Amino acid sequence: MSTPTTTTSTPGRWERFRDSYVWYSFKRDRTAQLCLAIFLCMVVAAFASPLIAPTDPYDLRQIDILDSELPPFWIDGADDRYMLGTDAQGRDLWSIVLYGTRVSLLIGFGAVILQALIGVTFGLMAGYLGGKTDAILMRLADIQLSFSTLMVAIVVGAVVKATLGSAFYSQYAVIMLILIIGLAEWPQYARTVRASVLAERSKEYVDAARVMGLRSKRIMFRHVLPNTLSPIFVISTVQIANAIISEAALSFLGLGMPETHPSLGSLIKAGFDYIQSGSWWITLIPGAVLVVLVLSINLLGDWLRDVMNPRLYKG
Amino acid sequence: MALLEVSQLDVRFALRQGEVRALRDVSFTLDRGERLGIVGESGAGKSVAAFSLLNLISRPGFIAGGRIVFDGQTLNTLSERKLRKVRGNRISMIFQDPMMTLNPVLSIGEQMVECLKAHRRISSKAARAIALDKLRQVQIPSPEKRLDQYPHELSGGMRQRIIIAIALLLDPDIIIADEPTTALDVTIQAEIMALLLDLCEQHNVGLILITHDLGVVSQVTQRMLVMYAGRVIEQGPTREIINDPQHPYTQGLLNALPQMATPGEKLNQIRGSMPSLAKLPSGCAFHPRCDFMTRQSGEPRAACIEQVPGFVGTGSCRVACHMVAEMLEDRRLKEETP
Repeated sequence: MSTPTTTTSTPGRWERFRDSYVWYSFKRDRTAQLCLAIFLCMVVAAFASPLIAPTDPYDLRQIDILDSELPPFWIDGADDRYMLGTDAQGRDLWSIVLYGTRVSLLIGFGAVILQALIGVTFGLMAGYLGGKTDAILMRLADIQLSFSTLMVAIVVGAVVKATLGSAFYSQYAVIMLILIIGLAEWPQYARTVRASVLAERSKEYVDAARVMGLRSKRIMFRHVLPNTLSPIFVISTVQIANAIISEAALSFLGLGMPETHPSLGSLIKAGFDYIQSGSWWITLIPGAVLVVLVLSINLLGDWLRDVMNPRLYKG
Repeated sequence: MALLEVSQLDVRFALRQGEVRALRDVSFTLDRGERLGIVGESGAGKSVAAFSLLNLISRPGFIAGGRIVFDGQTLNTLSERKLRKVRGNRISMIFQDPMMTLNPVLSIGEQMVECLKAHRRISSKAARAIALDKLRQVQIPSPEKRLDQYPHELSGGMRQRIIIAIALLLDPDIIIADEPTTALDVTIQAEIMALLLDLCEQHNVGLILITHDLGVVSQVTQRMLVMYAGRVIEQGPTREIINDPQHPYTQGLLNALPQMATPGEKLNQIRGSMPSLAKLPSGCAFHPRCDFMTRQSGEPRAACIEQVPGFVGTGSCRVACHMVAEMLEDRRLKEETP
């Protein structure tokens, strides 16, 4: 190029990130660091469970019913092979909690991705196109919100079990739960996105994009959507925590994962029957894992909300 | 035939209180490479006129009548798809506030490439090369660097240069500039205006300049329209109107310029303020503020209250005013009966 070279090169993505307020605030927030560390550990451990877990709880040949209800290592009578003890069927609790966390996280993330896909698209369309589209989509959201997640789950579960059999249902339980929780909660996204699209829409850059002759679809997804990302991030953390809790609740009620492929919720439920007989660890350990997981996600979400919303800057 | 011909343009807003007519009977033409100024107070309908040229009036506004013919195409009846090919490509627009018109989350380069790609089938690399060339034309220092920067990293003047570069990106026939310098500070205003004028002359681009700055209009444009309450009240060659304004409103505007005031005294002003479009006075919309409504003899002119004035020609200017019409009539009668 003929023009003189510039002395300061434009910073790359990594430099931009290191200079950003997000990183600055993260470096100073102990809670956020701790929560992210715990959350990442749990995610890595859960998805690496086939490598980490000493036994495969899905493999019936590795289970011995005589090993059932063994206590964790700090209690007398513990077995060296089972660090956290065993459940009523003799499965290693450490292994099954790892596998269960994986199922819970899978459903949590899957459901939130589905919610976000539906909710963001509908919210963008409602906010940007306005008029009849807005009215129809938002009434749909209202209708959806008037059914609770539990009710949707019961109805869908009942219909699927009745038509395709319960064997089919338990085989595809993960997908069914993702669908149920995803469909039940999309209006949260739609409403949040619509509200910020309405605010963005009146800004001049949207007019400028129209003047440039860009298509509505392109303006919506490439120009308006990136400007509404911060609220989307913030509610995503809340929604992931909610989805994991919803899944646990459904499983606890017997509407979710079968006991052969348990999630944290079904583990809690399975152990609940033995709490009276003294084997409290079967229900308490997965319960504690669930609480820590949800708490760390929620605290991360709180931090993210403070960072993303400059109006909440604490002086 | 003129490149752009607007005739009898009528734009209305359907509001809860009823229909408000934002533009009435607006007609003008623009030749290739010609520069036209549209002047008026806030709320006179200047920006609405600009937006309706590209059929971009959004609800609750709509074009109720009239024709906008651009290069043989009637824009107000064109399909959305064909309109998109005109927008940005053949007619582009520059907005008032450079802080708001660039998308904050996309880099300058991305925004320019996107605009090019929307209208031409070219590779990103070729598009970047064109973008760089346009950035050079608007005299931005170190243009290569700007392509990867985000709007918040640039100053207001630089952003407006970038917006001009984007407007020029596809070598349009017409640029509509809606108060392009109002949001900038005075020293930069002059620079940006000079740049815009220079580029329009270089590339033979027509310019529709919307402003309330009569100084800018007189320097940049060849012809001008003066608008009041949604109507054109005076139009003609800029120099003639500035030197010898006919309409009482135009006279008032020119008198209100600070350089017209006697030093040490209050600035001149037009008394009252522009009426709301929803409650326009009858007859000539300017009559409640007009000093010439009563004749020199002292009797009021009824036509001003009762009748909407039509255009009368004075030289190459056209004025919508009963007073001017009467004056011309008197002159004609005098000439006929010596």
